[in-house]
Amino acid sequence: MVEHFVTPPQWEWYIVWYFFLGGIAGGVYALGAILRLLGDDRDAPVARLAFLLSLPVLAVCLNFKYWSPMSVGVWVLLIFSVFAFVSFLEALASLRGSRAPFLAGGLGRVFVIVGAVFGLFLAGYTGILLSVSNQPIWSDTWALGALFLASGLSVAAATLSLVTRLGRHEQSAEAKLTRADRYFTILELVLLVVFFLSLGAVGSRFLAPRWMALWVVVLIGTLVPLALHFSTERRVPAMFAAVLTLVGGLALRIVVVFGAQM
Amino acid sequence: MARTVGFFTDTTLCIGCKACEVACKEWNQLPGHAPQFGDGYDNTSQLDEQNWRHVQFHERTTAKGGVAWNMMSDVCKHCALASCMEVCPTNAIIRTEFDTVYIQPSVCNGCRDCIAACPYHVIGFDEASGLARKCTFCYDRLQANLTPACAKACPTESIKFGDLDTMREVAGARLNQLRGQGMSEARLYGDKEYGGLHALFLLTDKPEIYGLPPTESAVLPSRNNVRGYLGTLVTAALGVAGAVFAFRERGGKE
Repeated sequence: MVEHFVTPPQWEWYIVWYFFLGGIAGGVYALGAILRLLGDDRDAPVARLAFLLSLPVLAVCLNFKYWSPMSVGVWVLLIFSVFAFVSFLEALASLRGSRAPFLAGGLGRVFVIVGAVFGLFLAGYTGILLSVSNQPIWSDTWALGALFLASGLSVAAATLSLVTRLGRHEQSAEAKLTRADRYFTILELVLLVVFFLSLGAVGSRFLAPRWMALWVVVLIGTLVPLALHFSTERRVPAMFAAVLTLVGGLALRIVVVFGAQM
Repeated sequence: MARTVGFFTDTTLCIGCKACEVACKEWNQLPGHAPQFGDGYDNTSQLDEQNWRHVQFHERTTAKGGVAWNMMSDVCKHCALASCMEVCPTNAIIRTEFDTVYIQPSVCNGCRDCIAACPYHVIGFDEASGLARKCTFCYDRLQANLTPACAKACPTESIKFGDLDTMREVAGARLNQLRGQGMSEARLYGDKEYGGLHALFLLTDKPEIYGLPPTESAVLPSRNNVRGYLGTLVTAALGVAGAVFAFRERGGKE
C-alpha cells in the first residue's frame, strides 16, 4: 500500500455535480451513438432521446452568468460556432453541386434563423461588453452595443458586396446588398449621433488630434459610401465604397477601444 | 474562523514610510516593478499586480502659503458590492469567509474584464502567470488568525485592522475627534460606496484627490446591462427590417 502525506484538494459539491452530470452527458451520448450505429429502427427514438438529453445536461455543468457580458459572450461564441460550422459544411457541399440534406426544408430554415439570431448577438454584444465596466467613455454610454451592431451589419454587407463583385457573381444580389448597406449606414450614422449625445461632456476626450483623425476616417467610411450608393451602381465605385466602409468600421473599433484607454 | 474583517486607514497618521508596501511585498512574495521616479517621493506610482499597497503623496498649498503632503496608503477596498466580482465570467473572484474579495488563481482565465470593471484601479494583469492579481487581504494570514502584513508593519497605526463593525466605530470616533479639533475638512470614505467598503479611509480632502470616485460616481458596471441589450435589440430589429426591405425591393436600376 502507498502511504499518503498529502492535503485534500477541498473539492466539494461543485465537483460532485460535475462528475455526476458529466457521467450522464457523456454516457448518454455514447449509448445513443451505439444504438444508432448498431440498433434497428425500433431503437431510433431512444437514440434520438439520448442526443436530445446530452447537450442540456452538459450545459448545466458549465458556468453561466447572465449578468456578465463576458460570460454570455463566450457562450454565444460557442453556440454560434456550431451554426457557422454546419452552414460552412453545407455551403462547401453545395459548391460541389449537392445540397446537404440536413439544411433542407423547414428545419433548415429554422436552423439558419436561429443561427442568424446568435450571429446578430455576436456582432453587437462586444459593445455591451465594453459598456458594462467602469472605464471612461465605455461605461458612460449605453449605445456602444447598438453602434457596433449597426456598423457590423454595414461592414458585413460591404465585405459580401466586395467579394461578390470581385468574383463577378449575380448582379441582383449586388444591388440588394448595396440597398441594404444604405439602411445600415444611415442606422450607424444615427447611432453615432446617439453615442456622442449619450457621452455628453465626456466625449471631449476624443478631441485630441489623433482621435479626431480617426473620427474623420469613420465619417469618410460612412458618408462617402452612402453618397456613392445613391449616385451610382457601377462596379469600381461600388468596390471603392465597400473598401471605405471596411476601413471606417475598423477605425471605429480602434478609436473606441484605444481612445478610452489612453 | 469566519468573521467580517476590515481595514481603517487614517491618512492623518500616515508618514509615508512605505513599511506597508514593503511588508506586503515580503509576505506575498511580490518582486515589484523597477521604481518610477517622478517629481515626488512616490516611486510606486499605482496599485497593480505587483503593488497591492501604494502610498500616495499629494502635495498641496496650505492656508498659510506653505506646502503640505496628504499621504494615503491605498489598497483594494474589498467592496461589499464588488464590480470585479460582478463581471468575472468564470466566478474566479469570490467572497471569502472573512467577507473579503479574493481572486482564485486556479479559476481565473486572465480575461482582464475585472480590470476594466474595478473603479479603484486596483487589479493588475500578471504577464508571467497570465492572471489578474490584487490584494488578497492576506487571506492566508487571516486563515491563521494573523493580522494582514501591511497593518502589522504600519509604525503609526495609520492602517488599522479588525472586525468591520469595530473599524466603523473607530473611524467614526476619530472623525468626531478631528472635527472637534477644528479640522472641518476631515471626512470618512467607504461607509456608503459600493454597499460599504471593507477598507475605510479617513481623508482630509475631496476623495477625487486620492483617486477615489465620489459617492455619486461609485456605480456598478451592471447599470449598463439592460439598456445596452435593449439598444442592441432595437438596432437588430431595425437592421433586420432594413435588410428584409432592401432584399425584397424590386431593383430599380438593374
